[in-house]
Amino acid sequence: MARAIAKNVRKFWVFYLMMLPGVVFLIVNNYIPMLGVLIAFKKVTYNIPLWETPWVGLQNFKYLFMTNDAWIITRNTLLYNTLFIVLNLFIPIAFAIMLNEMRNKFFSKVHQAIMFLPYFLSMVVVSYLVYGFLNETNGFINRTVLEGMGLEGVSWYFEREVWPFILPLVNTWKNVGYYAVIYFAAIMGFDEEYYEAATIDGASKWQQIKSITIPMLAPLMIIMTLLQIGRIFYSDFGLFFQVPRESGVLFPVTNVIDTYVYRTFLNLGDIGLSSAAGLYQSAVGFILVLLSNWIVRRIDKDKALF
Amino acid sequence: MKTAVSKSGVSNPFNQVSKLGNTIINAFFLFYSLCCIVPLILIIMISISNEQDVLVHGYSLIPRSVDWAAYEMLMKDWVQLLRSYGVTVFVTVVGTVLSVIIMALYAYPLSREDFPQRKFFTFFMFFTMLFNGGLVPWYLVYTQMLDLKNNIWALILPLLVSAFFVLIIRTFFQTTIPQQVLESAKIDGAGEMRIFFQIVMPLSLPVLATAALFSTLNYWNDWYLSLVFISDDKTLSIQYLMYKTLLNIQYLANNSTAASAIAAAGGNVTYPNETARMAMAVIGIGPIVFAYPFFQKYFVKGLTVGAVKG
Repeated sequence: MARAIAKNVRKFWVFYLMMLPGVVFLIVNNYIPMLGVLIAFKKVTYNIPLWETPWVGLQNFKYLFMTNDAWIITRNTLLYNTLFIVLNLFIPIAFAIMLNEMRNKFFSKVHQAIMFLPYFLSMVVVSYLVYGFLNETNGFINRTVLEGMGLEGVSWYFEREVWPFILPLVNTWKNVGYYAVIYFAAIMGFDEEYYEAATIDGASKWQQIKSITIPMLAPLMIIMTLLQIGRIFYSDFGLFFQVPRESGVLFPVTNVIDTYVYRTFLNLGDIGLSSAAGLYQSAVGFILVLLSNWIVRRIDKDKALF
Repeated sequence: MKTAVSKSGVSNPFNQVSKLGNTIINAFFLFYSLCCIVPLILIIMISISNEQDVLVHGYSLIPRSVDWAAYEMLMKDWVQLLRSYGVTVFVTVVGTVLSVIIMALYAYPLSREDFPQRKFFTFFMFFTMLFNGGLVPWYLVYTQMLDLKNNIWALILPLLVSAFFVLIIRTFFQTTIPQQVLESAKIDGAGEMRIFFQIVMPLSLPVLATAALFSTLNYWNDWYLSLVFISDDKTLSIQYLMYKTLLNIQYLANNSTAASAIAAAGGNVTYPNETARMAMAVIGIGPIVFAYPFFQKYFVKGLTVGAVKG
């Protein structure tokens, strides 16, 4: 490897120079931290420099999995992501198909543009919007809707049962536009002749959707789903951190692996526990990505990540 | 092969959805579009409401009386707002420019088939999409190794390179820059750098624009880096300021130089907390929503091209 580089340095030195900033970035931002996973196997205290801290093997992992937290965050992460994957599949496709059937193409474009707006907003903005509705004392829902119906307000930010509904709703609202645009673009690329043939054969709209559109979307659907499954151990940190406004009461239903790693490290200062959780997430996530990519390769070689 | 081209008008008249179906679809999307817009309108309306009205009657879509007190109060504390805006604008501009250049520079050799280490460097970058070291080591690198805590560069560096976009740019170079153009340039005696900057880059404006747009959005919306790396007031991004304001209703009142000035002078000030919070949000959202109509088209274009090809 080194000799090959030496031989080629004269010829391709410009290329190496071009890639230098990127390489330095990747080393600093990604590869050195990768070496840092070893921290999970050490007992780190702040008064001892990192390289002198003792090795403790799997002790941090033992602590992690002994707690109830490990089970809760894993369960939350997997359940929410599974739900998101399902919602991100059916709803955007329904939207894309409907948009495609709209007679007035101008309105179709307008609605697409509006639908895409939530994707642009940061999670902080979204948490404000949610707060506008769910604020206990002044929120639109408690004051205008519920009071108007003569019902009592709800302490939304303290009520656990509602968040498994609120978070998917918010996540869908934010992402539907993004996915719908992708599926809509795919539908636009379908050969008109299939539909013409079907019309001549007397197929109804439903039949056309069922027999042409959906099957032709199937490869894209599968790939999108599999790629998301590969990331199933990772969550949208913003969604789970910002929207519930860090309400501790809600942690059993809003804490996911990402927020747990953040909180144990930067709020509690427990490096061991946090590193163990982080490595747990990276390792399982890595295996899942390899697995899902392998499956995608079996279906359509071109569409696989690698 | 004919494809379904979207003409702004009426599509194939023999295969249109029924009138009833069309009405239902239109009604549905009207409703959904409202769902997308109404929350934003609610925030705006709260911000121009009278604080007492809000405390007594709650948030409503139509303010009982229009009151600009919240904005007046925020304008008196313009120092922090201006600082945060400055930070965000600086980070976004510098970050986007650096990001696009670095990513394009990295992607170009990857697109050249005559580069022998091509596979290695592609994998080198791509592997970072599969595995990462986690929050703890990454944080320690930036704070201990690079000593960037409370430094504005901590808001720029981590977002510089997106492996996903490097791949998209590389693919674009591969498919859109004809080999003949490169070869004739070489025959004319042009060096690699020259070829890159004078031929490849100008031809790649579409993909570079897409990368720049997404990078801008990323930097502008970021609050996480401020959360993790910044503890002084000077270097906070505007999104982070908004986050702090939402979390703690007293945050604005406590950090208000105007309020403390009045209080110190013996006056009585009831800080318009609720409405000021929402005014803060409006100020933070404003630029994005303004810019949105202009950039939405390009976002969609870039997204679909990338998704199809990438």
